[in-house]
Amino acid sequence: MTAQTATAQTSADERPDWSLNTDRHAWKPVVIAGLLFAFAALYITLVGLVNTFHERDTIEDVITLGQTMLLVTFGSAGYVGATRAPKGPLNAIIGAAVTGLITGAALSALLIVGPALDLRDFFPNASPDLYNLLSGAEFFELENTREMWRGEAFPVTFWFPSVVAMSVGVVGGLLTLMPRRARNLIVLVIGAIIVMGMFASVVRSPMLQHDATSGVARDIFSSSGLRMPGAILVAVSVIIIYAIWVVFHPRERWRAVPAETKHSPLLTIPAGALVLIVVLLLPLGFTGFIPAVIALIALYALMGLGLNITLGLAGLLDLGFVAFFAVGAYTLALLTSTGELGIAQWSFFVAVPFAMLAAMGFGILLGLPILGIRGDYLAIATLGFGEIIAILARSDLLKDYIGGPNGILNVPKPLASMGIEIPPDHWLAGPNQIYYISLICILVISFIAIRLRDSRLGRAWVAIREDEDVAEALGINLVQTKSLAYMLGAAFAGLGGAIFAALYGSIISSSVNLNVSILIVTIVTLGGMGSIPGMILGAIVIIGLPELFREFAEYRFLFYGVALILVMRWRPEGLLPSRVGRQELHDDEPALEGEEKPPSSPGGPGEAPATSTGGA
Amino acid sequence: MQTTLRPRRSPSRTETAFEAAVNVFLWAFRIILVLIVVVGSYLTITSGKFTVDTWVTLIINGAVQGGIYALVALGYTMVYGIMKMINFAHGEIFMIGIFAGYFTAEILEDFGILNASALASLFSITLMMIVAATISTLVALAVERVAYRPLRHSPRLVLLISAIGASYFLQYTVRGLVGPGIFKYPTIDVMEEETGLPILSALGMTWIQVIVIGSALLMMAVLYAFVMRSKQGTAIRAVSEDKEAAALMGVDVTRAVVITFGVGAAMAGAAGVLYGLYWGQVQFYTGFIPGIKAFTAAVLGGIGNIPGAMVGGFVLGEAESIGSLLIIDGLGVPSPGQLKDVIAFTILVMVLMFRPQGIMGERLSRSRA
Repeated sequence: MTAQTATAQTSADERPDWSLNTDRHAWKPVVIAGLLFAFAALYITLVGLVNTFHERDTIEDVITLGQTMLLVTFGSAGYVGATRAPKGPLNAIIGAAVTGLITGAALSALLIVGPALDLRDFFPNASPDLYNLLSGAEFFELENTREMWRGEAFPVTFWFPSVVAMSVGVVGGLLTLMPRRARNLIVLVIGAIIVMGMFASVVRSPMLQHDATSGVARDIFSSSGLRMPGAILVAVSVIIIYAIWVVFHPRERWRAVPAETKHSPLLTIPAGALVLIVVLLLPLGFTGFIPAVIALIALYALMGLGLNITLGLAGLLDLGFVAFFAVGAYTLALLTSTGELGIAQWSFFVAVPFAMLAAMGFGILLGLPILGIRGDYLAIATLGFGEIIAILARSDLLKDYIGGPNGILNVPKPLASMGIEIPPDHWLAGPNQIYYISLICILVISFIAIRLRDSRLGRAWVAIREDEDVAEALGINLVQTKSLAYMLGAAFAGLGGAIFAALYGSIISSSVNLNVSILIVTIVTLGGMGSIPGMILGAIVIIGLPELFREFAEYRFLFYGVALILVMRWRPEGLLPSRVGRQELHDDEPALEGEEKPPSSPGGPGEAPATSTGGA
Repeated sequence: MQTTLRPRRSPSRTETAFEAAVNVFLWAFRIILVLIVVVGSYLTITSGKFTVDTWVTLIINGAVQGGIYALVALGYTMVYGIMKMINFAHGEIFMIGIFAGYFTAEILEDFGILNASALASLFSITLMMIVAATISTLVALAVERVAYRPLRHSPRLVLLISAIGASYFLQYTVRGLVGPGIFKYPTIDVMEEETGLPILSALGMTWIQVIVIGSALLMMAVLYAFVMRSKQGTAIRAVSEDKEAAALMGVDVTRAVVITFGVGAAMAGAAGVLYGLYWGQVQFYTGFIPGIKAFTAAVLGGIGNIPGAMVGGFVLGEAESIGSLLIIDGLGVPSPGQLKDVIAFTILVMVLMFRPQGIMGERLSRSRA
């Protein structure tokens, strides 16, 4: 968060002014920043993030992820405090110390108040473990720490977080006084070590399988993080890479580079081929649970592409995606299951078109009545559909047909459903065949999506998204055009559901819930509405990261919530936006050649001009 | 911008085959629904399975539930009126109110106040509602400041997605803070007793039901007076009517929006305590479904319309309470209670389809609001 809030203050280039600013009002922003960070520190401790992450190491026997998290908070507090402080290095350092101290003081207060008021009764995370961590009882190796907080009113070392936070805060503040490149390098090294620590197990497990790399893996990674040599290796490699980057990329501000740079085919063709090979061979390099994760990412990317048509192109926020997902999944399961609820035992490939058709049929059935509704109402109405389907799925009413809470079991894998037996160690075994099927579907859907986007229908969708009234005045049949988008989205949702059922070998009613819809909306908005590579990136971030980083799983929806807010606030076009999408949401950027600037609604006095996407 | 009269479908234009098909489909839809309701009700009533007492109990239950929906719906409708956005996180604000009431009740029970006497219980409930309203308001204002205010000039889709993000954030924050378990509200013994009052005891109403309905009505009356009579209320109405004109007249738009959020959240928080007292348990997920239903109530009454939200809340409460037995049971569906929620969502979709202006509102959902 530091990068956004901090406006780089490069006072180092000028002659430093070491005087102390004594104006009381000039320090107000510093205190406010301190209070915000104090709140953040209390938040991460009481929500349980620190406790959970404390079980994993960043660097073994040196620092855990939970500790890292606290230290990063303190450091960021100091950094922000230094940038908010009045000009001058002395002021910056004092500002950093103040914000750090306020942040730490909040934790000290927690150490005093928490045990005294039995805060644990309300907030289970305010546990002795947390107090031990915060008060440095582990650090000082105080024995029998339980006595320390039960016997006394509060831990004897309650001052510990304040001191640590202030010192780390000052270090963070000193960063602002450094030359820009040195600062970047330090941040990069710390960031790389944290990331490698978090994903150590993902990198470690494939390395252990090969004799050549297993020794190295054992030296670098412990079972739950980096080892010291690993950390040093990461730091050194980051420094080398950064040095190379600085030498070959001497531009001052990389953001100033024009958005559209043409790469020469000499570069793009080999790069494309490389990407293709990696994508094709990806699941073969792993064993264990990782191929299943890769298949899941591909599946969600596919569904993201489906919603992308409805949401990204036509601007219809469909929160009932899960309804069609469920229809597709249950149709496929009924048609292919070898269990008692299966009715046909068809092959997967025969059943999938029927699953898609069924989902599409539901799309028409549900879509036609409500597509006259605008924007946010549509979201709520579709949400209602999603809930209705979810309730029906687990109700006794349909229990005899679709199994209620028990669901439909024994859905065979696609090839098994055709009677082809695959040995367990074959390259097409298990989730891999799902991955390749998803991959083919992604290609087909991407092709369809691109062709549609550039077609007359696609233009009509975009027109509706921009302004329904104008679109209607131009002769676009609103209901017809919208229902086509809705139907296509539904069909792809059904496809996703069908593949989902085959991947897990079953479909149960608890898989049908609103979270599926929200996940996919998050993928689409995070990746960038209307952008196809964006969907894939979105699926990797939203599905892949929590699966690979298991401690994260409990908090995944917390992070999705934060991600949605942050993306909407700072990058509403998503991480990998389409060209058009980027323009639409940023009026201030110059229009690209051949594309006209979208009309912006006239704002009132003092209002920033706002474009109208969605059902305004 | 909104004032230009624009005929939605010029009478001279002939319907395309597609539109005709859609119309036929929609009519079939309506007829089937009416048939389901009529046949279901008829079969239930003629079967004579349920006595008059059952229906009276159900109606009272519906009124209690409806009062809670109405209080939450007020927040939706006021925020929609002023910002033209669906405050997706409002259900979570309600849930936070339930939890705040729960913790207050636990503390009061520890001090032995909760069940000390009838008066102490009444005091406890009042205190719980005040604490819950305060905490809910604080959270709602924080959400408004962080997730909504910076986006006020963005497209509405952006605002809505941000609101969904805020909703999930709050839900899982509470999950992280207090854990995923179900929390049982402490019982207040007096509340379970029947009232000694003349008509109410004949209906078999307990104190808790009287208190929920009574305080809901009282709060609505206060809110209505605030919006219609006070200076701030006038400002809120002015901003809902026309933001720019209100700003030109010297109304502080931001302040009006903040007050709207605050008042709506306070109602939701207090309603949370009533919900907790009545249903007796709470979980981090509890706010979501009632939130959507309260939104349904707001739409049913006509969104942006304050009396509409109140009426809508009670209508929805009754429909849910009576409907699952009256309609669904008559059709011979096993365990009709499971399908209770379907009624609310069907009503939502029906209202949006066939009468988007709601019972008392203007036609907003189709027009360019």
